[in-house]
Amino acid sequence: MNFSLILLTFSPLVGFLVLLAFREEQKNALRWTALLSSLATFALSIWVLAQFDPAAPGLQLEVNQPWVTVAGATISFQMGVDGLSILMVLLTAFLTPLAILSSWESVKERVKGFMLFFLLLETGMLGVFLAQDLVLFYIFWEFTLIPMYFLIGVWGGERRIYAAVKFFLFTMAGSVLMLLGVLYIGLTGGTFSLPALISGREAFAGAQIWLFLAFAAAFAIKVPMWPLHTWLPDAHVEAPTAGSVILAGVLLKMGAYGFLRFNLPLFPEATLALAPYMAALAVVGVVYGAIVSYRQADVKKLVAYSSVSHLGFVMLGIFALSVQSLSGSILQMVNHGLSTGALFLIVGMLYDRRHTRQMNAYGGIWKIVPVLGALMLFVTLSSAGLPGLNGFVGEFTILLGSFSSKTLGNPWFAGVATLGVVLAAVYLLVMFERVFLGPLTQEENRSLKDLNLREVLVLLPILALILWIGLYPNYFFSLITPSVERLTAALQAASVAMP
Amino acid sequence: MSMSFTDFLTILPPAIVAAAAVILLTVDLFIPQNRKGITALLAAFILAAALGVNLAMMGRDLPAAFNGMAVLDGFAIFANTIILVSGLGGIALAYNYLRRMNLERGEYYPLMLFSTAGMLLLNQAYDLIIVFLAIELLSIPLYVLAGLARPRPDSEESALKYFLLGTFSSAFLLYGIALIYGATAHTNLAEIVAAVAGEPVNQTLFVVGAAMVLVGLGFKLSAVPFHMWAPDVYQGAPTPVTGWMAVSVKVAGLAALLRLFVMIFPSLAASLSPVLAVMAGLTMIFGNLLAVVQNNIKRLLAYSAIANVGYLLMAFVPYADARVASDAVAATLFFMVGYAFTSFAAWAVVIAVEKAEGKGLNIADFAGLGRKNPLLGAAMTIAMLSFTGVPLTLGFWGKFYIFRAAVEGGSIVLALIGLLTSLLSAYYYLRVVVVMYMQPGDPGAEREPWINLLAVVSAAVTLLAAFIPGQLLDLAAKAILKLL
Repeated sequence: MNFSLILLTFSPLVGFLVLLAFREEQKNALRWTALLSSLATFALSIWVLAQFDPAAPGLQLEVNQPWVTVAGATISFQMGVDGLSILMVLLTAFLTPLAILSSWESVKERVKGFMLFFLLLETGMLGVFLAQDLVLFYIFWEFTLIPMYFLIGVWGGERRIYAAVKFFLFTMAGSVLMLLGVLYIGLTGGTFSLPALISGREAFAGAQIWLFLAFAAAFAIKVPMWPLHTWLPDAHVEAPTAGSVILAGVLLKMGAYGFLRFNLPLFPEATLALAPYMAALAVVGVVYGAIVSYRQADVKKLVAYSSVSHLGFVMLGIFALSVQSLSGSILQMVNHGLSTGALFLIVGMLYDRRHTRQMNAYGGIWKIVPVLGALMLFVTLSSAGLPGLNGFVGEFTILLGSFSSKTLGNPWFAGVATLGVVLAAVYLLVMFERVFLGPLTQEENRSLKDLNLREVLVLLPILALILWIGLYPNYFFSLITPSVERLTAALQAASVAMP
Repeated sequence: MSMSFTDFLTILPPAIVAAAAVILLTVDLFIPQNRKGITALLAAFILAAALGVNLAMMGRDLPAAFNGMAVLDGFAIFANTIILVSGLGGIALAYNYLRRMNLERGEYYPLMLFSTAGMLLLNQAYDLIIVFLAIELLSIPLYVLAGLARPRPDSEESALKYFLLGTFSSAFLLYGIALIYGATAHTNLAEIVAAVAGEPVNQTLFVVGAAMVLVGLGFKLSAVPFHMWAPDVYQGAPTPVTGWMAVSVKVAGLAALLRLFVMIFPSLAASLSPVLAVMAGLTMIFGNLLAVVQNNIKRLLAYSAIANVGYLLMAFVPYADARVASDAVAATLFFMVGYAFTSFAAWAVVIAVEKAEGKGLNIADFAGLGRKNPLLGAAMTIAMLSFTGVPLTLGFWGKFYIFRAAVEGGSIVLALIGLLTSLLSAYYYLRVVVVMYMQPGDPGAEREPWINLLAVVSAAVTLLAAFIPGQLLDLAAKAILKLL
């Protein structure tokens, strides 16, 4: 048995235990411990990548240890990684140290609790992406709620309590329905192990529409798909910068990933039947998110709504169900994590300086903070999908795959979604113009400080990846494609078998 | 009528507790007022001894004792263990509190012991007459304990309400027993089973009798619509009494309900299962719904206790199906273990924060607890998350098993109600966490060693046992109900 994945998942807990030994006043020691711990986790994730064979479509580095037996059905500690999850794992391990580094100065109070929750959160997220047992997955899934709830509720903005409770209740509303589905599947299928359930899915095939919807409830809220997105602007805006980065960068991906990992392979017939409806919701999300973004006066809120739009692309790609669109979706999940993560980081840096996020409090500040402005332009263009940067690759592949999708059956889905690309350019560039370009309108902004070394260090790794994916996406696609081909082959078989 | 040595072995746990309580009542006369800690210690010692004896009987398979009046099967041993451990918890809750609130009276601990003896006897009862006797033995000391804080009006109100409604429900129970006797000519469970299987019984009498028993036990369990007394009684009674009885009475009452239904009422499932289903659904809905609007932590926990009874009843709806029933029994026992530890963690924190004259009991009074008393704050948070059913806590596994049993029994709609009301419960449990961590303040919590110990140990068990739920579930699964 290979223990790499267990080591990776629980490595943040080592840092957690070390943190417990420090006192609240030793702020720098706390920060360094958390940072080093998350860097160690990142190193472990690279080690897992080194052991990962991109050509193999199935689960790799599997761990399988029986845990609890409930009346015949065993809950196992089963983990594994494949093309659907490897990039998510890397993204999580990559963003966490950056998020910790970004909160070096912005989190001054209760540093210990902040770092403790952050490392707990990292373990939860890694567990979600690696678990291959339904109950284990559910446990990690629910568990991520608790640290994020505290991160928003304790270290958040003015309406933090409202946002934290709303976040918790929305997510849990979906989860309880998923739990019902998990229980039903476990009882009829006789096991909770995902690979075993996929091969024995006839046992619950009769109820698969309902099961699909039960799982979809949890995942669609997390993504979030229109019209279940209303928790997102509140949570994103009120969360501390590092929380927003992880929320947008990783937690939302858990929803999209859930569809890929569970809904598609477990309920293929239901997936095929419901795909057009899901894709339609996704397209509505693309356009709606873009339009609402355009109307925002608060930069952070704008970025938050842009997530609804961008994740709409991801969901469209998933339910177009072609190899191309699915691969594009997975890559776009990473892209969105990087671009939006970076946007939230930069907005946070602005906020640290000026303590406002209203666009009309800025204007023409490029002259004052040229480094900040240049980096922001880069990230904005990446988010808007400029060719040569990462966003373009993802969106283009998704649209290409959806345009010719057999499941969707007509090109209108992709056609309307393309509108989202145009609108994205509009709201992002307008935002950039209003904040950075033109004459300096507010005298207070004259004394703004440019980025310091730490802040540049936080952003540089993200920018490097944005460029790498934009110029040479093949390496990333090579990690994804074999697993996606396996998934679509299974769906293909189901569609042939369908009357 | 002959008695043998094993007869006495069988009733040893309640007998030890009851006899020692009598002695303790006398001994207490000679313990000076400023040393009542000795009484508490002795009471704890008695419970620990009974616990040891109870556990030593595990696996002995003793036959039914005293001509089939009482048994000590795996089920009873499991339920006894919860009762005795929660008795120890109850003493830890009470000791510092009674002193602080000037309630330290010698009879407190003997009364607890008498009631505990009644609960143990109820777990072991194998005859309807014993069921009734045990319920009276457990209830009457509780009426006194609820009014212990006299002349505080709410405590007196609590005692009177509890007494009136308690005797009312006892009357229902007794009438039900009489009707069952009328239908079957027996009060012994095994003989009732034989009578039902043999000659035709008067079904009307039998059903009405069973329904009356359900009403009587429903009062004790505070299942909706028989729950009206619970919030007032829980709020008015001294907090250690409330905390302890929220756990113990529920465990004993459910043990009786499970035993009676699984053993003698399966033939009535067509009439009783729908009634149970409606009761379970209403209890989950109203318990959780009314908890949302509470501002007093004791009332909140009272409604939460009601809601939890709803979850327990839910698993039990298809009780006539033998396989489902045994899973439901195991799930119920497991859930109650989790519920007990979770409750004690919560109640210990409530007691630490409570001030004289009933102050410090509003949820708002918990503001800042997370910062000022990190351990108590963490214990309360774990308790709230466990009540909600968030992983990884015992409460999560409890709900997991309960809901699994419900789905297995085909009660998908009830399971859905249960899950959606759990979501509702997240709202009010989270409120406590919000206040503790996200609002500034200083609750000035007492630093009392026994309370702190109880809070930390209960919370730690709630958290750590969740990593190894298998062993506990195996134990619960072995505690099946069968004829002796």
